[in-house]
Amino acid sequence: MAHQDIIFAGFGGQGILSMGKFLAYAGMEENLNVSWLPSYGPEMRGGTANCSVIVSDDNIGSPIVYDATTVVVMNRPSLDKFEHSVVKGGLLIIDSDLVNREAERTDIDVIKIPAQKVAEEVGSKKIANMVLLGALVEKTKIVKMESLLKALKEHGKEQFYEMNKKALEKGAEYARK
Amino acid sequence: MAEKVLMKGNEAIGEAAIQAGCQCFFGYPITPQTEVAAYMSRRMPKIGRVFLQAESEVAAINMVYGAAGSGVRVMTSSSSPGVSLKQEGISYIAGAELPCVIINIVRGGPGLGGIQPAQSDYFQATKGGGHGDYRLVVYAPSSVQEMVDLIQDAFDVADIYRNPVMVMGDGMLGQMMEPVEFKEREAKQLPSKADWAATGLHGRKEHHVINSLFLQPEELEKHNEKLQKKYAEIEKNEVKYEMYNCDGDLDIVLVSYGTVSRICKNVIKMLAKEGLKVGLIRPITLWPFPKKAFEEVVDRTKYGFLSVELSCGQMVEDIELSVKGRKPVNFFGRSGGMVPSPTEIANKVKEIAGGAR
Repeated sequence: MAHQDIIFAGFGGQGILSMGKFLAYAGMEENLNVSWLPSYGPEMRGGTANCSVIVSDDNIGSPIVYDATTVVVMNRPSLDKFEHSVVKGGLLIIDSDLVNREAERTDIDVIKIPAQKVAEEVGSKKIANMVLLGALVEKTKIVKMESLLKALKEHGKEQFYEMNKKALEKGAEYARK
Repeated sequence: MAEKVLMKGNEAIGEAAIQAGCQCFFGYPITPQTEVAAYMSRRMPKIGRVFLQAESEVAAINMVYGAAGSGVRVMTSSSSPGVSLKQEGISYIAGAELPCVIINIVRGGPGLGGIQPAQSDYFQATKGGGHGDYRLVVYAPSSVQEMVDLIQDAFDVADIYRNPVMVMGDGMLGQMMEPVEFKEREAKQLPSKADWAATGLHGRKEHHVINSLFLQPEELEKHNEKLQKKYAEIEKNEVKYEMYNCDGDLDIVLVSYGTVSRICKNVIKMLAKEGLKVGLIRPITLWPFPKKAFEEVVDRTKYGFLSVELSCGQMVEDIELSVKGRKPVNFFGRSGGMVPSPTEIANKVKEIAGGAR
């Protein structure tokens, strides 16, 4: 059964919401059920952003993710807030350039990626989100990388496609390590 | 089959209305429904229709009154405090028997409250809201797809009965994205508006007068009797609901609508693993309330019913009126924008059923 309950979290402007959107589009490419729910409340007004994405071959009940199979964090407050939300045996992906502490959990998989540095090498710090998303897809196999690329091509800005693609691949390499 | 697109609930509302032939949209921004107006502002002028941001909610609903009087399909959208402001206009529109669609993407109250999802406008939507003996048809979709389908139904039902129809979502439905298909719909045979719409005399001698003022009590009573007859027709014809997992003998039947009903479906799956048989009645029309759904299960449910809401028990009395004392009616809710987790609801169910088996 293909099923992932994912939380993406970080600061506004890091591409948190679009990371989730591209994954949702990729899920649709594969005829999976998807839902995408952004934070829009007072926490957003404090500068942090997060979204819950569910990708499943089953019907989706609540779009809210309480127990995440995967959490991606791009800042320290997000790690503090969501580390405990990962289910046992689940996956935590950390942008280690921006998060200044180690994960405390030992019962989950943790992938640490210096995503800012990697993204800068590829072309721009702005696509650090894609590095992390590449790792997520490679590790969880919830969608095929081709589907994600297709989603990027159809719904992303064309001039960034090649750069985004490279960023995804770099991230995937980290997941294979 | 039309292609599925990934869309935010609020934007899907706009597109659904456009496809249903909505000619005019009047609104005023308020979180969490502003994207409805934003979408309409982008799309409506491009296709030669009217988008107007009014100076207030009161103005917007009165623009709706005017446009509806001319016989065009018209919609307005707001969230709880804004919908409170519209109530006078809604009562006038109901009194003048005009069709229109009103969207309420509910946020926590009372007062200015908060901006997170809530269902605390149930009383306002189903029991009046404004003054006078009138009713709104109230739809409560639970997914972006259903929102789209019901908005198209809402315009039809409004035209058939010449009555305002409300589609009530919550902040979560408005903000979330889900795949949605805009289905090709068969054109319904709808009553002509030619005998009442104020579109100019065109050689006629008699004016069409749109009015909710009847100073002669005999006349107003007659008008009310006519309205009541219409509401009875709606109650007979327009009830919609879903029964989920309601076959055979049941331990408990949950009753919930909108966003919460989705969480309840997760709860039902969770509890099935623990040997509890839990069903769900999901009202799709909050008015008319689906009383007959309760007849189907009342004798088969051991511990009765549990109303699960994002409000403080506003739906309980409608359930009690349907169950008529034959089984207990319990309540579990969160408010203020808090959304219960499946575990919280499951614990309440287990408490009622005397613990997990």
